[in-house]
Amino acid sequence: MNETVTLAVPSHPKYLYVIRSALYPVVCGAGFTKKDARRIVLAVDEACSNIIKYSYEGDYSQKIGLSISVETGKIVVALNDTGKKPDVSKISPRKLDEIRPGGLGTHFMNEVFDSVTYDTSRDTGTVLTLVKSK
Amino acid sequence: MNVEIKTEKIAPGFVLRLKGDVDMNTSTDVRNAMTEIFKQSAPGMKALLVDLSQVRYMDSSGIATLVEVMQNCMKKGARLRLVELSPPVRDVFELARLASVFEIFLTMDDALAGL
Repeated sequence: MNETVTLAVPSHPKYLYVIRSALYPVVCGAGFTKKDARRIVLAVDEACSNIIKYSYEGDYSQKIGLSISVETGKIVVALNDTGKKPDVSKISPRKLDEIRPGGLGTHFMNEVFDSVTYDTSRDTGTVLTLVKSK
Repeated sequence: MNVEIKTEKIAPGFVLRLKGDVDMNTSTDVRNAMTEIFKQSAPGMKALLVDLSQVRYMDSSGIATLVEVMQNCMKKGARLRLVELSPPVRDVFELARLASVFEIFLTMDDALAGL
């Protein structure tokens, strides 16, 4: 049976823990190991941080929408915002041999999830869909 | 969620104990605490030990803070030693493939050895 949990939080970093707190038990309940669940939570949290930093350019008064769908054998997380659309062709993880602060979020998303898809076809904002199979 | 930061002066330098979540919301607090340590440190500071056993969550901003601290320690000729990484911290280090970049110790006694 497919189940979906939806949540909307302000685009302030202090609410990231709300997303983490909601996501972790859902992922564990979907049958992922605790380690996988922690990694999924980390990657989603990084995606939300990127929305705050880049889509909303630090505007904490906006909204981040989260939808977590538990489907047979996989979990689908969709994040939506109404901010600045990314240039998808320019999104790439930085080289890990560069020991410097920053730029790891995209790497974490690509490493943890089987697929990372940006949909910028709406009039405003982006839907980022992250899929992980067991 | 907040992060609790405790600083302790020891003979070779300082111990910083972190408890809670180190994320986009709190990593600035950690960075400020580290900056304060560098201000207080005597020229002969040998090491900064960071106890991560009580860290419930760490994201890439926490990693970025630790990379900055490591670079500052290197400039001062001091060692940065990370101690007792909690499972969530180990996860983020593994994903960032940074475990070999830092000096990581299982216990505080191990980290203090040889300083």
